[in-house]
Amino acid sequence: MKSLAFIATIITGALLIFATVDFPDWGDPNSPASLHVSPRYIEKTVKETGVPNMVTSVLADYRGYDTLFETTVIFTAGITAVMLIRRPRK
Amino acid sequence: MIWQLDLILLPLVIICAIAAITVRDLFSATVLLGAFSFLMCMLWAEMGAVDVAFTEAAVGAGVSTAFFIAAVFVTTRRTKD
Amino acid sequence: MITPLENIIIKTLCRLLIPFIQLFGLYVIVHGHGSPGGGFQGGCILAASFVLVVVAFDLPEAKRRFSEKLNNIFCSLGVFIYAWTGWMCLLLGANFLDYGILNKILPVNPVMARYYGMFSIEVGVGITVMAIMVSLFLDLVTGGKHEEALDE
Repeated sequence: MKSLAFIATIITGALLIFATVDFPDWGDPNSPASLHVSPRYIEKTVKETGVPNMVTSVLADYRGYDTLFETTVIFTAGITAVMLIRRPRK
Repeated sequence: MIWQLDLILLPLVIICAIAAITVRDLFSATVLLGAFSFLMCMLWAEMGAVDVAFTEAAVGAGVSTAFFIAAVFVTTRRTKD
Repeated sequence: MITPLENIIIKTLCRLLIPFIQLFGLYVIVHGHGSPGGGFQGGCILAASFVLVVVAFDLPEAKRRFSEKLNNIFCSLGVFIYAWTGWMCLLLGANFLDYGILNKILPVNPVMARYYGMFSIEVGVGITVMAIMVSLFLDLVTGGKHEEALDE
């Protein structure tokens, strides 16, 4: 059973490494990721939001819903842990 | 991306990851996982993703290590397998 | 159960370090726009400083400084601040979380209103993450019995 798991891991790892060959180079300006939406944020972030850090502006402003529900997920996880683990005062 | 730094960091990442799953003492495994997180943080900072590196340093190497140590503290330190 | 460490070196060092860690956490939260950082990271650093209080001193001392009730309030206060920043925009006539409209109640232009809207939600995220991490750590380290431990 252990050798089977080892073989499965090796095959999956080999497939993943094989897939990285098709990736664009690191920092390639002609890769699809830096051609489609990135230029808009890079050009307009400071003009539209006044925030120099692009990552924060995307996280908190352009994708605000995402961060709101991310915070809600953390809140729910904490409340669930309290409900499962904590023993109330007798 | 600096290939000399990568050459030092990537083997260390792999060594830490393998050591963390093979070591029998759970406390050592936790510390090795913290070292793995910190090396990944250095890799990300070196590739220019400073925000991700900061999150990894604060969450992966800081708070989650403390959580694992707390969990080892209330359960057992020796693993069965 | 955590036992108090009777070690003068650790206690003195932690007493010296904790204010600086907390100051750094607050800096990371409020300066998340201009430099790397933000609510999540800053909240984790603040929670780490509290973990250091629990490790260096004992649990009742940590509880005396940051009580259970206050922690529970902080858990939901962060999400409350975040959601109400969105609702304020909705009430003022824009879309949900469209902070530009906040210049009707803030004395700034719409671009800087976006800046302060982002600041407010980062503070909300930071408060929630800090309180949840502290609550998780206390539950884990005592096996969920820290309320009883306090009575002894």
